[in-house]
Amino acid sequence: MVGTGQGAFQLAASLRDEGFIGAITLIGEEPGLPYQRPPLSKAYLDEGRDDRLLLRPESFYARQDIALIPGERVVEIDRGAQRVVTRSGTRHTYDHLVLATGARNARPPIAGAEAPGVLGLRSLADARALRAAMATAQSALVIGGGFIGLEFAAVARAAGRVVTVLEAGPRLMARAVSAAVSARFLDLHLGMGTQIVLGAPVAAILTDGTGRAAGARLLDGTEHRADLVLLATGVRPNTELAEAAGLSVANGILTDVHLLTSDPAISALGDCAAVPQGDAAVPLRLESVQAATDQARAIARRLTGNPAPYTAVPWFWSDQGTAKLQIAGLTAGATETERIYPEPDRTVVFCYRMGHLAGVETINAPGDHMAARTLLALQPGITRAELAERGHDIRAMAKAAKEARS
Amino acid sequence: MPRVIFVTPDGTRTEVEGVAGDSVMATAIAHDIVGIVAECGGSMMCATCHCYVEDAWSARIGQRSDGEEEMLESAACEVRDTSRLSCQITLSSDLDGLVVHLPDAQT
Ligand SMILES: Cc1cc2nc3c(=O)[nH]c(=O)nc-3n(C[C@H](O)[C@H](O)[C@H](O)COP(=O)(O)OP(=O)(O)OC[C@H]3O[C@@H](n4cnc5c(N)ncnc54)[C@H](O)[C@@H]3O)c2cc1C
Ligand code: FES
Repeated sequence: MVGTGQGAFQLAASLRDEGFIGAITLIGEEPGLPYQRPPLSKAYLDEGRDDRLLLRPESFYARQDIALIPGERVVEIDRGAQRVVTRSGTRHTYDHLVLATGARNARPPIAGAEAPGVLGLRSLADARALRAAMATAQSALVIGGGFIGLEFAAVARAAGRVVTVLEAGPRLMARAVSAAVSARFLDLHLGMGTQIVLGAPVAAILTDGTGRAAGARLLDGTEHRADLVLLATGVRPNTELAEAAGLSVANGILTDVHLLTSDPAISALGDCAAVPQGDAAVPLRLESVQAATDQARAIARRLTGNPAPYTAVPWFWSDQGTAKLQIAGLTAGATETERIYPEPDRTVVFCYRMGHLAGVETINAPGDHMAARTLLALQPGITRAELAERGHDIRAMAKAAKEARS
Repeated sequence: MPRVIFVTPDGTRTEVEGVAGDSVMATAIAHDIVGIVAECGGSMMCATCHCYVEDAWSARIGQRSDGEEEMLESAACEVRDTSRLSCQITLSSDLDGLVVHLPDAQT
């Protein structure tokens, strides 16, 4: 595997679970053992506990006979010879290669974005730097109102910092959630005392006398100054290695429903892979723990002789302040949405595509989220009319579906 | 250092030293205990950290947390009165010697 992130780790673990006895090697650019990223924008910023991030301790890899090569970048794939070459010049041959190279922070066209002190948040190294900067900063400026920027904003605000979020679009997390959920989270952050500026595209980074980042200037000339600047404007998939090897790439390494790339000896998964998903028109790149791990399991089963198309229901979560947002299904392609409040502090938003349930967004409603995951896995899908008929009681519907199955 | 004893379905007991404030799940992962998967890393999103708390401890361990009950419904194995998500149990000196039983499967 190229990469030692969430997906590569899961694939190695699942291969052993499935009884694979061949050699498994993980080569990754980052130092250390595979770790989880979600806490980096949540608990880690507060606690700073590196040990809590590890997916497994070192003994796991020894026990499972998994060879880890950290701190080593793969620079070339020689598909003819079925081998990869690393930066230090080592060659490793493979029967099957899995690209689990993840993604990296996008660098938007903002003047001065390279200035020292413009922080990002993708890796443990980034999170350490951000924590260190937070320790001395009174104020923080977040460029980008997506999941990671907002999770950071919630932690920084709770820690007493003056926080401003600049979002270029007209609402928060617009790429991933419905307008109803955006609105709820806007209220939440405003309620925490965070300043949120929507429709605020940043033109340039402001610097102090020493050239360090000290704020941002919007296209309209407004200036926002702060001690700390976090650039959180999304990611780009790490596809260069695949491209150079001649694999098909289009916003991600293209795979079929079995996670195979255009080379039958190479699979791809996780943040770097664009995978056919349900009835979505184009292959999708899902940036989530669920996608990386479920795709890893599907590849592990295929490589151990039990191939089945990848059909897992996508799910995702984000913790911001007192709100836990959970998303089940593909809400992005929805054409209609409908909001239900089972209780005042619980929100459930149903997202439909052409009259069928495509996804469900919930805030502080884990039971509804789990029910949605059960229902979205059903074939044929649930229609909007059916839901209305059942009073939107998805928990009862999921229960009935489970009972019918057993 | 609160100790935790993990018991596999076949009765094998493993005793480990945990850290007060850590969850039972984090303790299991840190000690490479087979049988706790914890895919979501303790975010109460996956129910792959399911465990059964030994009867004698059930009272001391406290209530299931908000939403835990609902997540448990999705656990891979039978949910019993003693079922908990191990990421929602926090170790403390009161829980020194806690015994938890691992289910047959998590996924
Ligand atoms: C701050 C943060 C918070 C998040 N929160 C959530 C959340 O709440 N819920 C959720 O579901 N998801 C969350 N995610 C997303 C989730 O972490 C990712 O979707 C997941 O890590 C993807 O796994 P992966 O294996 O595809 O990639 P990664 O985990 O990114 O691993 C890829 C690895 O490959 C390495 N690599 C790349 N190119 C090479 C090369 N040429 N040679 C060797 N190594 C290479 C990289 O250095 C990296 O270590 C979050 C992500 C971040 C950054
Ligand atoms: S670790 Fe996922 S629910 Fe406990």
